[in-house]
Amino acid sequence: MSIFVDERTNVVIQGISPTSQGLYHGLRNRAYGTRVVAGTNPKRGGEEIEGIPVFATVAEAVEATGANASFISVPPKFAADAIVEAAAAGVPFVVCITEGIPAQDEAVTYNRLVREFPGTRLLGPNCPGIISPGKCNIGITSGDIALAGGPVGIVSRSGTLTYQALHELSQQGVGQTSCVGIGGDPVPGTSFIDCLAAFEADPDTRAIMMIGEIGGSAEEEAAEFITGSVTKPVVSYVAGVTAPPGRKMGHAGAIISGSKGTAQAKMEALSAAGVTVALNPTEAGEAMVDVVRALG
Amino acid sequence: MDLFEYQGKQYFARFGIPISKGGVADTVDEAVARAEDAGYPVVVKAQVKVGGRGKAGGVKLAADAAEVRTHAGAILGLDIKGHVVKRLWIEHASDIAKEYYASFTLDRSAKKHLGMLSAEGGVEIEEVAATNPDAIALLHVDPVDGLSLEAAREWVARATLDPAAREQAAELLVRLYACFTEGDCDLAEVNPLILTPEGRVHALDAKVTLDDNAAFRHPEWEEFAGTDVEDEREARARARGLNYIGLSGSVGIIANGAGLAMSTLDVVNQVGGSAANFLDIGGGANADVMAAALEVINSDPAVLSILVNIFGGITRVDEVAKGVLEALDRVDISSPIVLRLDGTNAEAGRQILAPHLSDRLVAEPTMLDAARRAVALAGGQS
Repeated sequence: MSIFVDERTNVVIQGISPTSQGLYHGLRNRAYGTRVVAGTNPKRGGEEIEGIPVFATVAEAVEATGANASFISVPPKFAADAIVEAAAAGVPFVVCITEGIPAQDEAVTYNRLVREFPGTRLLGPNCPGIISPGKCNIGITSGDIALAGGPVGIVSRSGTLTYQALHELSQQGVGQTSCVGIGGDPVPGTSFIDCLAAFEADPDTRAIMMIGEIGGSAEEEAAEFITGSVTKPVVSYVAGVTAPPGRKMGHAGAIISGSKGTAQAKMEALSAAGVTVALNPTEAGEAMVDVVRALG
Repeated sequence: MDLFEYQGKQYFARFGIPISKGGVADTVDEAVARAEDAGYPVVVKAQVKVGGRGKAGGVKLAADAAEVRTHAGAILGLDIKGHVVKRLWIEHASDIAKEYYASFTLDRSAKKHLGMLSAEGGVEIEEVAATNPDAIALLHVDPVDGLSLEAAREWVARATLDPAAREQAAELLVRLYACFTEGDCDLAEVNPLILTPEGRVHALDAKVTLDDNAAFRHPEWEEFAGTDVEDEREARARARGLNYIGLSGSVGIIANGAGLAMSTLDVVNQVGGSAANFLDIGGGANADVMAAALEVINSDPAVLSILVNIFGGITRVDEVAKGVLEALDRVDISSPIVLRLDGTNAEAGRQILAPHLSDRLVAEPTMLDAARRAVALAGGQS
């Protein structure tokens, strides 16, 4: 099995046009085997682009195609509205890879989803997306670095470190159930805890790799959750041990404020929760290979 | 983007938050003119983005023009923790009956806005939080609902602000919240928020951090750009559209992706070296971007070796390899370069590079090996 997306996931690409990022990534996702069933564009309803039927709204696309996931890569100023449109159309899983959405918009959108559309899960924004190897890939992850068959579930705040983790495991013949990039923004729709809970409940996931970074307290909260609710072995890596305080390290969420959000504090919290904490991505990959071999 | 105090106050004023009468001065003569406008006595305040300026002699009271001349002359050019004062804010000096603290920020755990209000202002709020946390009244605001005047009234009472200050403070907090949300701030902080003996409440300081992601809907932010004294290397990188942060080590870093770049810094440190910078070239990694990145790093005299750490996802490694070679044709690099290229089409990339490798251009198979080599070339321990 896998979490959030699988071979029955039908994807609608919001904001599709012949030159859009959404089409570019959507075609790559389709080539991987993902069921890309529709696109939306208010000016192109009724058209077809690369064999993908285009509808004016998400609601129409859902009605006509049964789309149950959406993919958003529209520019920042349009992203919040796109997310809410998908949720209002009843789409249960929305992936938004858009980088650069204002924090105020993210906070409002997150809280609107919680209150008005509790049936919708948002992944991102500013994330690489999700891949359940061999089944479904929504986002920008390169499918050929993933290996189907499990038993490892991956959850990460960083895009390239996610690819690195996938690669290290795949090269050692260790497959993945799902790999979820939750993104580097201050208000992610899906948290470490959401993914840990889903992996814990997924019978095919037998070990979990969690990749964190400086800023906020999501890793500390995850550590607390692991202590109480995760029985599967967890291997972790936290980037940014040498990051200077007060500087955003690329991601809007990756900033040490005062003494809060340091990698050291996060690693200590994870260690205390029984997590195997590696000092670099390679070490994390090796540690996970050992964990999987010990599982037999 | 962090604003200077004067910019923060001017930003506050747009949202109707009362501030002291004052103005900006870059010279002693301007300082006197602003003081005459504001009315004596005035406070002469150094404009630097660092705390502790009062203790460093950067804030002085002046009763007349002669005192303004003396203080402005002394403060302009003053070095406060490495920040040289180039600009002053001159404002009418307020009598203070009480000092409070107020701020809004985002609580990332609760995913709500967090207001902090304290009857004990004027000191570092971290200090209050550590010694007397009960003195801070917290208020979570749902971003969908916003802050109502009723909620603000309950809040100022709970924070035990003086009864005489409460109604004005509640109104000011609603305006501060509007500044925080509509003004797209990551932080809007007033410390101190004061009550005067005459019973007026207003902001005596302003600490504002703007959310750079919201710049597209704030054309007025243009005026804040370029007022920042930044690292020369960072200015050069910014001009080339690169995501660069200057550090103090000797290994120049180029990586694709913020996480991988951060991780590269960590690994360099683990093997006994130190990074000269953080540089994320993003997903592109073509010859133009690579050349720009190498140029910026090459211009840093502290750099003794350069580590290029690329993991190809969408970016294909063979394209990156071509980009590196093309960039090297265009830029004359003074430090040896260590390459670690992995991911999509890595083998093809390595084959492209193979004939060009030398003791000035080295390839290593893993991130750790590459870091060790780069640190060794920079004269480190490994």
